[in-house]
Amino acid sequence: MSPLTGAGRRGLTRSARFWREFRARPSGPAGAAILLAAVLVALLTPLLTDPAGLDVTRATGPRMGPPSLEHPLGTDESGRSVLLMITWGSRVSLLIGFMSALLSMVIGTTVGIAAGHFRGWPAAVLMRITDWFLVLPSLVLALVLAAILGGGMFTIILAIGVTSWASTARLIRAQTLAVEARPYIERARALGGGHWHVMTRHVLPNVAPLVLANTTLQVAGAIVAESTLAFLGAQSGQVSWGGMLRASYDWGAATSGAWWYVLAPGLCIVAVVMAFTLVGRALEAVLNPRLRGAGR
Amino acid sequence: MSLLEARDVHVEFTARGRRTRAVDGVNLSIGEGEIVALVGESGCGKTTLARTLLGLERPGAGSVRYGGAPLAYTSRALRAHRREVQLVLQDPTGSLNPRHTVYEAVAEGPRIHRLPGERDRVAGALSRAGLRPPERFFERLPHELSGGQRQRVVIAGALALEPRLLIADEPVASLDASVRGEILTLLLRLREELGLSALVVTHDLGLAWNIADRVAVMYLGRIVETGPVEQVLTAPAHPYTQALLSVLPGSPSRVVLSGEPPDATRVPGGCRFHPRCQVLAGGAAAQAGVEASCRSGPLAVLPATAAHQAACHYTAR
Repeated sequence: MSPLTGAGRRGLTRSARFWREFRARPSGPAGAAILLAAVLVALLTPLLTDPAGLDVTRATGPRMGPPSLEHPLGTDESGRSVLLMITWGSRVSLLIGFMSALLSMVIGTTVGIAAGHFRGWPAAVLMRITDWFLVLPSLVLALVLAAILGGGMFTIILAIGVTSWASTARLIRAQTLAVEARPYIERARALGGGHWHVMTRHVLPNVAPLVLANTTLQVAGAIVAESTLAFLGAQSGQVSWGGMLRASYDWGAATSGAWWYVLAPGLCIVAVVMAFTLVGRALEAVLNPRLRGAGR
Repeated sequence: MSLLEARDVHVEFTARGRRTRAVDGVNLSIGEGEIVALVGESGCGKTTLARTLLGLERPGAGSVRYGGAPLAYTSRALRAHRREVQLVLQDPTGSLNPRHTVYEAVAEGPRIHRLPGERDRVAGALSRAGLRPPERFFERLPHELSGGQRQRVVIAGALALEPRLLIADEPVASLDASVRGEILTLLLRLREELGLSALVVTHDLGLAWNIADRVAVMYLGRIVETGPVEQVLTAPAHPYTQALLSVLPGSPSRVVLSGEPPDATRVPGGCRFHPRCQVLAGGAAAQAGVEASCRSGPLAVLPATAAHQAACHYTAR
């Protein structure tokens, strides 16, 4: 007997095929590499650096000092190392990005599956709520939410998550409707399966790949949203890339020639957002049957 | 003794303000260990009737009775009903979730009903459905099986609940001719071994002849002729049955029906078959003096008895 059961072996070949298709587009692995680097930086920062350097009263560098050997990315208006702020800021940006995307996906998937599964007035009510969130300027709503709920990382996560699930819900609903039309759903009902059974055993596994691809894209959007919120003043109280951009703007870094203070967080945001988008698009192309074969 | 019975069942759908009378007054009973064929062309309401008997559709009027008691539409009662009456769909490929293994597909019912001894139950159901040795099929996915094997998996999934009645909606329509016989033999053997009753919904009179004890011919939401299969198919009383039989290979003369195909949103008055009836069009009804009643005289709904009977003014005269 082989040590693997049939299901295990099939799972293996399935993931091997998935990896082969993912690799077929160079953009996917490239994005994944950038992401891996960013996550590693975020995880290793507390082990390798001292957060005391983020304290303005204990900063040692020159004010708005250009890049030097001691401070490879220069210093900010209080003499803190921009590199140190970037590495610590990556933790906040990534955490907020992941958590709010997760929140948004949970809401979006639940609403989407429910709206696709239950016909009639419950679906109509859910979809009107979704439409409402879809047409509402989500940035303004998030700003208001953040202002009402007060500062803090949790607030920012909540504000972004609650305002960005509507498009996911629409996508998941469409896929749910397609799955629900299959005869095996009728068979599951005839076997005695209730709503919960149909939704969790048949619909959810079927939409899960879409959810995964969509979450990846959502993280990118959430990081941009976090930066925007921070730039507009709704900050989490910790050093983040968006907060750094805000500070560089407040202190006139761009006009006084301190380009490192503007470019460093800006490029970091661009790189990470692009990486998430590349990975998300590649996942989508592999996992979404409707896009399979397209974009090659 | 009837096991499952439809009593004056009506099912209507409303879409865009148009009322579709899919099932428009049907009495039908299936006895213990009996195989009944429900025959009719597409759109005549036979699938809706089958779904209603399963409790998947709720009749607008009339009732479905199982073992003499009317079916309640609470989720608990429906769940209990599903253990007794099971469904086999037309398309075995579509009826199996492509991501589920054969084991998972067959175990789905027992898991829903939390039945003990899942593994033995699945193995037993698979081998009764003719997939032996069952262990060899456990980890297969539907796309690795042939059409006939898939239909056997669907049947095994139904058998795993140990039902007393199987409703098969066109069970062999999407299968190769060579596999058809095997699946039909399987249904007959299940009746012999387990005493399983069946309602076989089909548009194929030949299939009804091969498998059924009784046949009910449906036209536009009503049963127009019913009776023991030998009597109905050798001596059809209703012009519609006669027309259906006349187009089978080997029949001496062929009746081609004229007029529009039936539309359940506009059920004709009088006999609902009269716009297409060859007896009426040929003038035989006028000679017999029933033409007026054909066009406007209402027909009673046939009772659910085993005797050969037809809903026709011309035959009844």
